[in-house]
Amino acid sequence: MYGWLTMAHLTLHEARQRKVLFAMLILGLAFLSLFTTGFYFISRNVQTEHGMSPQGRQLVLSNVVMAGFYAVNFLLVMTAVLTPVDTISGEIGSGVIQTLVTKPVRRSEILLGKWLGYWMILVIYLTLMTGGILLAVRVIGKFTPPDLKIGIPLMLLEGTLLLTLSIAGGTRLSTIANGVMVFGLYGLAFIGGWMEQIGTLLGNSTTRYIGIISSLVVPSESLWQLAAYRMQPPLMRDLHLTPFSPVSIPSSNMVVWAAIYTIVVLGVALRQFSQRNL
Amino acid sequence: MDYAIETQGLRKRFGEKTAVSDLTLTVRQGEVFGFLGPNGAGKTTSIKMLLALVKPSAGTAQVLGAPVGNLEARSRIGFLPEHFRFHDWLTARELLRFHGRLYHIPAARLLSRIEELLVRVDLQDAGDLRLREYSKGMLQRIGLAQALLNQPQLVFLDEPTSGLDPLGRLLVRDIIRDLRREGTAVFLNSHLLGEVEVSCDRVAFVKKGVVVREMALQEKQNTMELELKLGQVAPEILAGLLQFGKNPSIRNGHVRVQVTDENSIPEIACWLVQQGVKIYQLSMVKQSLEALFLEIMGEDERPG
Repeated sequence: MYGWLTMAHLTLHEARQRKVLFAMLILGLAFLSLFTTGFYFISRNVQTEHGMSPQGRQLVLSNVVMAGFYAVNFLLVMTAVLTPVDTISGEIGSGVIQTLVTKPVRRSEILLGKWLGYWMILVIYLTLMTGGILLAVRVIGKFTPPDLKIGIPLMLLEGTLLLTLSIAGGTRLSTIANGVMVFGLYGLAFIGGWMEQIGTLLGNSTTRYIGIISSLVVPSESLWQLAAYRMQPPLMRDLHLTPFSPVSIPSSNMVVWAAIYTIVVLGVALRQFSQRNL
Repeated sequence: MDYAIETQGLRKRFGEKTAVSDLTLTVRQGEVFGFLGPNGAGKTTSIKMLLALVKPSAGTAQVLGAPVGNLEARSRIGFLPEHFRFHDWLTARELLRFHGRLYHIPAARLLSRIEELLVRVDLQDAGDLRLREYSKGMLQRIGLAQALLNQPQLVFLDEPTSGLDPLGRLLVRDIIRDLRREGTAVFLNSHLLGEVEVSCDRVAFVKKGVVVREMALQEKQNTMELELKLGQVAPEILAGLLQFGKNPSIRNGHVRVQVTDENSIPEIACWLVQQGVKIYQLSMVKQSLEALFLEIMGEDERPG
């Protein structure tokens, strides 16, 4: 077996042994149960008691779905940052890494294998959570958000970007410093995204540009905003009535930038890890 | 001659601090080589350079005929680090299977090798226990098994008896003996000089990052030390002893001189009497590795 596949296999095995997958499954099911229950009652409400128009009903249901996706996106960010935050720095600190890198395996294979393992965990998590939400809203509310084929991959790209940052930070920083750094960058992107929206709404170009620059520094929030924009019915998108309907819509160039950003960060991580003293 | 390890002027600086200033040594194929020195002498950094864990600042090194870090050469190397750390959520069998895969050992051969090694390190009954349940000695033994998975041509053992009881130490000694018989070179870093004395063919002494002496232990066994309790010892008497042996010195009120031939003893006694020196006691002392270590390192390396 190739070294990187062995490492990916070990990472998945570790997630299973250390109950990470179990905790994700149980808490994910709890989240989905809560969402499904809430959605069931809201859906019943907008169907019968208020005699809503189909458009009004769609607006309410879409908002609930977006609230669910927003929570999933937040949990995805947490999973992307926290699960691998210790994987390199922790093994360097404890010395576990020494017996691995002296095997006939390139250091890049070790890092790529770990990255792949954690990315697969992220994919499993995103599939479980978004799949659960979509199944519930389809069965209960006969509702399917638009452009899922674009929105969900954008959420995955956001998670992938933060996961890669978290692994890259571990090649240079201690576990705690790495966690602080990645969450700090995410916070920067988050507030920058809001500045961009508010600046655009008020016609304040300085605030808007500050937001755009912060999105270039860390494009995670832009990806979520674009995903949220695409997964809403056109009426919801254009009214800009909820926090999920951005006024300043990230362009497709931002997606290309996010993909390049992720590849460059991964490249830097591979270089750092290959050259550092252990 | 093909060497298992050959280094020339290997050097490592961490910022302003020089951890290793000149590592020049050779380790022959199939020999057990002891690497000795006080704490902070640069032993671990030296091992890390030879295993490509740390990049040297200067110098060259070949391991198993290839530059340090060569992937093919690494498939023929085993390594037990000091304070072996591991993924403690794995069982011993899982750990060995994982490391065996990193060595690219075919599955069927790996399974039989794992069982063979578990028997060798006396852990066959604990193979399915999670490593977090292991004692310190058991962990050291599974670490040793991990280092031998690929039937290496060269094994680096950094303090292999650390945490082991006397029976465990005996087991390590037996394994080193078996490795030598199989033609595996062993690079042994140990503070236990008695272990080194029993196990090693040759040793190198490293002091302040420099290899100050490299010698065969056979050489040491051929050197005897004569200890004399004498009356007045004038400086010219000490100098005169040089005609019979090496390094005459006064330690704890006794005169010591290294001789290589037993016939020197009556000659020395005769000469001393002729010089008018009174002899109160005369005995042969076999020089221990510990005494040699202290002599080479000097008093300045003694703590306290």
